[in-house]
Amino acid sequence: MSTLATCPGCAIPPRPVPAETIRADLVLHLPDIHCAACIASVETMLAEVPGVRSARVNLTLRRAMVETDGSVEAPDLIARLAAGGHRASVFEPGVRTGQSPEMRDLASRIGVAGFAAMNVMLLSVAVWAGAGDVTARMFHLISGAIALPAVAWAGQPFFRSAYRALRAGRMNMDVPISLAIILASAVSLAVALGSSDRPGWFEAALSLTFFLLIGRYLDMAGRHASRSAAAELAALEVPQAIRLANGAEEIVPARSLAPGDHVLIRPGDRIPADGRVIDGDSDLDRSILTGESLPVAISPGADVAAGELNLTGTLTLRVTRAGAETGLARLAAMVATAEMQRSRYTGFADRASRLYAPAVHALGAMAFVMWWSLTGDPIRGIDVAISVLVITCPCALGLAVPAVSTVSTARLFRAGLLVRSPTALERLAEVDTVVFDKTGTLTTGELRLGADTDPKALALAAGLARGSSHPLSRAIAKAARARGISPAPVGALQEKAGRGVEGIFHGERIRLGRPGWAGAMGAGGGSVQLLDGAGKVSSFTVDEVPRPDAVEAVQQLEAMGMRVTLLSGDAPDSAARLARRLGIAEVMGGVSPEGKHEVLARMAAEGRRPLMVGDGLNDTGALAGAHASMAPARAVDAARSLADVVILSEGIASVATAVSVARRAHGLARQNVALAIGYNLVSVPVAFAGLASPLVAALAMSSSSLAVTLNAMRARK
Amino acid sequence: MNVLVVLMPISIGLGLAGLAVFVWTLRARQYDDPEGDSVRLLDPRWDDRPMAPPKTHEAPGPGA
Repeated sequence: MSTLATCPGCAIPPRPVPAETIRADLVLHLPDIHCAACIASVETMLAEVPGVRSARVNLTLRRAMVETDGSVEAPDLIARLAAGGHRASVFEPGVRTGQSPEMRDLASRIGVAGFAAMNVMLLSVAVWAGAGDVTARMFHLISGAIALPAVAWAGQPFFRSAYRALRAGRMNMDVPISLAIILASAVSLAVALGSSDRPGWFEAALSLTFFLLIGRYLDMAGRHASRSAAAELAALEVPQAIRLANGAEEIVPARSLAPGDHVLIRPGDRIPADGRVIDGDSDLDRSILTGESLPVAISPGADVAAGELNLTGTLTLRVTRAGAETGLARLAAMVATAEMQRSRYTGFADRASRLYAPAVHALGAMAFVMWWSLTGDPIRGIDVAISVLVITCPCALGLAVPAVSTVSTARLFRAGLLVRSPTALERLAEVDTVVFDKTGTLTTGELRLGADTDPKALALAAGLARGSSHPLSRAIAKAARARGISPAPVGALQEKAGRGVEGIFHGERIRLGRPGWAGAMGAGGGSVQLLDGAGKVSSFTVDEVPRPDAVEAVQQLEAMGMRVTLLSGDAPDSAARLARRLGIAEVMGGVSPEGKHEVLARMAAEGRRPLMVGDGLNDTGALAGAHASMAPARAVDAARSLADVVILSEGIASVATAVSVARRAHGLARQNVALAIGYNLVSVPVAFAGLASPLVAALAMSSSSLAVTLNAMRARK
Repeated sequence: MNVLVVLMPISIGLGLAGLAVFVWTLRARQYDDPEGDSVRLLDPRWDDRPMAPPKTHEAPGPGA
């Protein structure tokens, strides 16, 4: 989904990171833990769950690594933690659970380079301070004995990358880096072995390695494992289906279904293929495919699509489209295409270093040729060429951007935002339009009963609602609980799929369900009606629950100069109703998944840079097509893995935080690059003039690296 | 200047010792959870008897 290059200038992806060595069967995310007591209570609670072998909390990453014997699943653990007052969610499997072996390897190389650089620096100070002939030569030899093995080992990441680039006929930033390190070490060795009292370059070669390794480490630490979203979409497809052949049921893989097959779908199953219902009534939850907040009742003759969830009744389906022809599979293909286009985005650092690498070589070569022809002394030419290479080598440039993104990513993590893509911050900073999905993003996805309900009717309705797991029934039961109304003792509960619930209360038949079945068609409004024993009809209105901070989020974004748009697959009037409540002016309802992608594409064509915030399968096309994307932690896997930033906190107001932190980070990164280039503009002419001693080169390098690192720290606020 | 013969090995030896300690802390995974380790000190669970040491570095410690 993004370039995996280890350094900005490197076009060759690094080897895949080996599997994590900590054995963790389940990784839970715990956004709220913050102290020793939290660690203790979470670990104790998890260890008490049967089947858990061990549990360990990592406070830095806000995660719990749980080792199990395979008999417990994440929902059990989450329920246990919720009972103890800790909010938890399952983390995407395969995420980093600590320092990866590759990062530990880089850290040891940094340690070795740092140790060697400091010792050689001490020896060099003695020489610069005027140590005499024999002492100076001895110090050179000792420096060489420390520096050469250290450089040979610590510099390997650069040498390998440069070698790979050269063999592929390409040029990357590691080529001038390796050249500078090797040339400087080789010339210094010749100087140390020879009798000349020229200054050596060992400390320059070492501090170059040291600073560049730190930049690379920060770069690696900032990146997070990201999996291909397209593969996840495919994984969500129903693997199995019950096919009816000659009156017998057989279980077949969903991909072997062909148009014309008859398929049986039980309550709780996902629809395996697009088709038409030929028998049975039920309610379908279409929210992840279309964004509709209310379940849809269906009866024979209705068309259904793969991926929808069957809620209440058993259905028989005649398959019309299967396999790669289904809407879900076509959606996956669209996402894959959109994802590929976005991965071509090149970051600011990338663009800068593509220009930089050839320029460094040209400068070095020019310096060598000029000084050789002017003085007739090739050694002098090499000396000046090295000082040009060492000074221009992108220590500051290599640190400038990774340092800012590391600090900003940590800042966002504290605000409950997980940055998943290396170029996310930069793209977020450029955003000028925010497009929200409705169901599950601006709303919590739950339903709430309107306030104007008669308590007696509610008691009856709650009694009936016990017999159904339909979302509307759950909303009624919840409302009754919240108002302290106990459900009426209704007996003989019977759920009528696609219609509602029926029961007997005081010897009379009562019904709760869709208007037209429970009550008289057209009598009163509302989504659910109750028909009591006396034949009286009461209506209930249900509404979606907007997230508590949704209004705040919209206001903050508008204050930042963003255009806010609501893009929903739900009915236009319910989308418009929510938009009015939240103060969103621009609203589009009833948009198909492909339509959402097209809306985003149109915005891009108009030159706008949209940020898509969405959680459903129907948003995946839009998420992949947007300039930047965010998804709440509760989003479907496919949406979450497409998002640049995952919102781990409950609220949605962090969208504004993300954009402002990203803008600030982008500003700081630009400042840093300007600072680094400024240093070069001053020091390159000096080096070119042959005035840069190793001391000056080392000082210039260290102070510019220090300056950009300190500047990056400002992103913490 | 003969004192250098003694001082140089001492200085380099000290540096190497520091390096060795750094590599050890790295291998012992002491940088995986700096925030957590700093507050685990206040954890009362192990006041009476110490926690059993982890079997290997590969497995998380028997956390509870």
